[in-house]
Amino acid sequence: MLVHVTDRAIDPGNLAAAFYRHHPDAAVTTFSGFVRDFNDAGQVDSLYLECYLEMATRVLTDLGNGAAQRFGLRAWQIVHRYGHLQPSDPIVFVATSADHRGEAFAACEFVMDTLKTDAPFWKREHYGEIGQWVTVKDIDKDRRDRWSEKDSDQ
Amino acid sequence: MTITVKFFSLIREAVATEQLTLEISENLLTVEALKAELSLRGEAWEEALSHPNLIQAVNQRVVFQEEGIKDGDEVAFFPPMTGG
Repeated sequence: MLVHVTDRAIDPGNLAAAFYRHHPDAAVTTFSGFVRDFNDAGQVDSLYLECYLEMATRVLTDLGNGAAQRFGLRAWQIVHRYGHLQPSDPIVFVATSADHRGEAFAACEFVMDTLKTDAPFWKREHYGEIGQWVTVKDIDKDRRDRWSEKDSDQ
Repeated sequence: MTITVKFFSLIREAVATEQLTLEISENLLTVEALKAELSLRGEAWEEALSHPNLIQAVNQRVVFQEEGIKDGDEVAFFPPMTGG
């Protein structure tokens, strides 16, 4: 399955092993993201990740297909959690495979940078009884915009 | 015509509504017109739907508010996304 959006726990190790087995290509990059236990204000006890499920599946599928075309990928996979998570829980897994490492690395980074701002998920961090929606960080917008600038350079 | 309207994250909380099925007049041909109609439901709605960073989607694609709406469409309102 290329895109999987789930409220069940994911295991990046198993996902990577399965991806290597099914796609024994020359260069494979994987990225795993985990829930952090801190933010700018302090400690985070838990995270609620809201999701517009139908749209998330569509956006991530378009994103993977776009990356495959842009970087000439042989294969790719995106897995994303939603629902209630604890610090250190895996939240996202991305795998890209290509003939050379440059394309595999770049595609994986492109997918993650775009996913952060374009896929319909919303994080709400909790500390004790206090919950707060996470706002978009400038660095995330900047990282996303780099890829558009690279488009216009070409 | 009948449409579905969904709300997410802090917009959902502000209007205390996850989803609506609406019978709307043929005059509400754009997302902008739908926002104006929904804003009549009260101050919380008006405030939430005039949020400067509000994003709107029609049939799971992000659109400008001038986007047209037709029978059976799914419209969604939400703040900037924070995935990954």
